[in-house]
Amino acid sequence: MCQWNEHSGQALSDEIVREVVFRVQRYSPGQDRPVTREYRVPVTRGMTVLDGLHYIRDNLDATLSYRFSCRMGVCGSCGMYINSFPRLACQTQILELNSDLVDVRPMPNYPVVKDLVPDLSQLFAKHREVQPFIIRNEQELEHPTAEFLQKPEELLRYLQFTYCIKCGLCLTACPTVATDPRYLGPQALAQSYRYCADTRDAGAEGRLRIAAGRDGVWRCHLAGACSEACPKGVDPALGIQLLKRLAVLRALSLKKPHSPAPVAGKRTGVERRPGIPQPPPPTVESR
Amino acid sequence: MREATLWTLHLAAGVVILVFLSIHMGIMHLEDVLTALGTGYRDALGWASVVMRNKQLYFTITYVILLAAALYHGLYGLRNILLELGPGPTAVRVIQGILILLGASLFVLGTIAAIAAYVR
Repeated sequence: MCQWNEHSGQALSDEIVREVVFRVQRYSPGQDRPVTREYRVPVTRGMTVLDGLHYIRDNLDATLSYRFSCRMGVCGSCGMYINSFPRLACQTQILELNSDLVDVRPMPNYPVVKDLVPDLSQLFAKHREVQPFIIRNEQELEHPTAEFLQKPEELLRYLQFTYCIKCGLCLTACPTVATDPRYLGPQALAQSYRYCADTRDAGAEGRLRIAAGRDGVWRCHLAGACSEACPKGVDPALGIQLLKRLAVLRALSLKKPHSPAPVAGKRTGVERRPGIPQPPPPTVESR
Repeated sequence: MREATLWTLHLAAGVVILVFLSIHMGIMHLEDVLTALGTGYRDALGWASVVMRNKQLYFTITYVILLAAALYHGLYGLRNILLELGPGPTAVRVIQGILILLGASLFVLGTIAAIAAYVR
């Protein structure tokens, strides 16, 4: 006997395996301090912490606030502090916690909007600050004619950092962010490296000025907690160390800026195979 | 890139400390090993040995280098700790000014002591 969980989109067994206590931190604007509330939640196999929160909201306490969207570890919305570790609620199976108590708190190092909803604006502000985009001084970006050429091995240099979903769990785990709010943090710095290492980019100088500034990579204590917490297996601590190396090599003039990858030329001598249809016309008119 | 240069110097100072402190510890505490290796050092902590080392230019130079490296390494670390407390721009300038002054004073004092011991 199975049922379909409308929230998680997963087939779940009906059989209740155990009952756990959800200890949830509650906070509403205007309150002096947060309080904790306990809810008894029947757990079925495959049930995630997010499913447990859905159960509480649907059956026990409709006022509980939490943020979620994709329910499959892609959007990074449901980051929480679950049993004293930063995790995505949608990726955390209750039974894998091996505990009768599920302690759920909002992510530390962020202001709380309500209950389990953190204010992530500082995360996104720091992300924006490191210029996380390809920078080139040419018209090609505005009016693209073809793709930039990049070898597979050049892609591998930064590929893992592209898996960041901006959930902010790394900033929750980071001990430096906890004491120094101006520190750019592992998410932004890893993204800074991601674009500095991209051969299509020509903006490393400006990006390094920010990332290797006083509140940048030098504040990292190499605790590695960010890499341990990342639900996508990204290693931001490695990104920070690689960024440090890049900054030092540039400062000592031991590494010159690379020429940005060229634009692919028009293909010659290649003909469309018979029977392969033409691509659809561009949806955006080229100027 | 100023911070990158400061951090690189921090690492370089760490390497210098490692090398010269190893030599220092070897001379001070591995007397039997040094004797077995055929060096003339005996009673490293004795007054005569200390004076003898102070009279050698090699030791005077290494004392000054070790002093500079240790002061830079330590004070840069202290600066990092203080900056992580989140001081404002003025406080940062004051902290850096005090640390530079403190470092320079201690370096001058230590260098004078090392040279004086060599000259006397």
